Amino acid sequence: MASGNVEKLELSFSAVPDKPKKDWVLMSLRVLAFLATASATLVMALNKQTKNFVVATIGTTPITVSITAKFHHTPAFIFFVIANGVASLHNLVMIGVDILGPRFDYKGLRFVLIAILDMMNLVLASAGDGAATFMSELGRNGNTHARWDKICDKFESYCNRGGAALIASFIAIILLLVTTVMSISKLKPKN
Amino acid sequence: MESITKARKICHLLLRFLAFGATLSAVIVMATSHEKASVLVFQFEAKYTNTPAFKYFVIANSLVTVYGFLVLFLPPESFLWRLAVATDLVFTMLLVSSISAALAIAQVGKKGNSHAAWLPICNSVPKFCNQVTGALVAGAIAMIIYMILLLNSIHRVLDPLILRKC
Repeated sequence: MASGNVEKLELSFSAVPDKPKKDWVLMSLRVLAFLATASATLVMALNKQTKNFVVATIGTTPITVSITAKFHHTPAFIFFVIANGVASLHNLVMIGVDILGPRFDYKGLRFVLIAILDMMNLVLASAGDGAATFMSELGRNGNTHARWDKICDKFESYCNRGGAALIASFIAIILLLVTTVMSISKLKPKN
Repeated sequence: MESITKARKICHLLLRFLAFGATLSAVIVMATSHEKASVLVFQFEAKYTNTPAFKYFVIANSLVTVYGFLVLFLPPESFLWRLAVATDLVFTMLLVSSISAALAIAQVGKKGNSHAAWLPICNSVPKFCNQVTGALVAGAIAMIIYMILLLNSIHRVLDPLILRKC
């Protein structure tokens, strides 16, 4: 009777599947994407430049007005910061889920959820990018048809820092695209 | 069983056709929007080519229209549907970024930007603004349909043989 129980126990132990191999490529891609989105968010959020302008001259004393350029003056940049912030949070959560392993699984829905969330993340990040790219292009070149003056000749470092945040965001999008394709390819059809 | 497969195929085809129609109408409405107005002493014509954002919107939507048209003719059980998932993803991304860019510039045109001393132009050219809004709405509908199609493509890759409602 005891040996039969021991045999049953041994059988149940061998029926437990092996731990799946950790995917280091995907993990390192996510870490890089997290770094890129986080840096894009931070650089754009801390983007600020103050400059003094001489507006008029009364007698011999010039009147100076100091104008500040901040990121939250434009809704496009606000959306950019929010989108990249959410994207970096999502990457952090996905890294955590990858590290913690397959303990979080509900009837095999884990990979499907990861693929769908990755897709949503990619769409959000690319939306933020598109808006900020064209808004900063408008700031750099102005628009003669609508009589909108360019602002980048006066606020040089503001524009340069915004450009750096945009480049980081583009890198993040490429990494996120590769990550999403890899997560979708992990979904194997049930035969 | 046969009727469910057929319903599923028809539903999928209908969604793709709707997306094709939405992107096509977005392109047409945006490309035909132009209005002349005279502000003070100078003539002022508002066209979609004035802004690179609207040009990008038209180009991206025309690319997606051509893609949508080609995909309509893909036979339902071919193995190319796996590639279609990846290309669907790329084109959805393109669509989303083009709408977001056009929306950003249109918002500046409508409300202006007091910090940068940019005046809104929609007061002088209201018909142009309305047409651009219409094109953006069509683009937004196309974007939503493409996201639904993406989820559907993942579903098809996951279990191509199990019959479900689309």
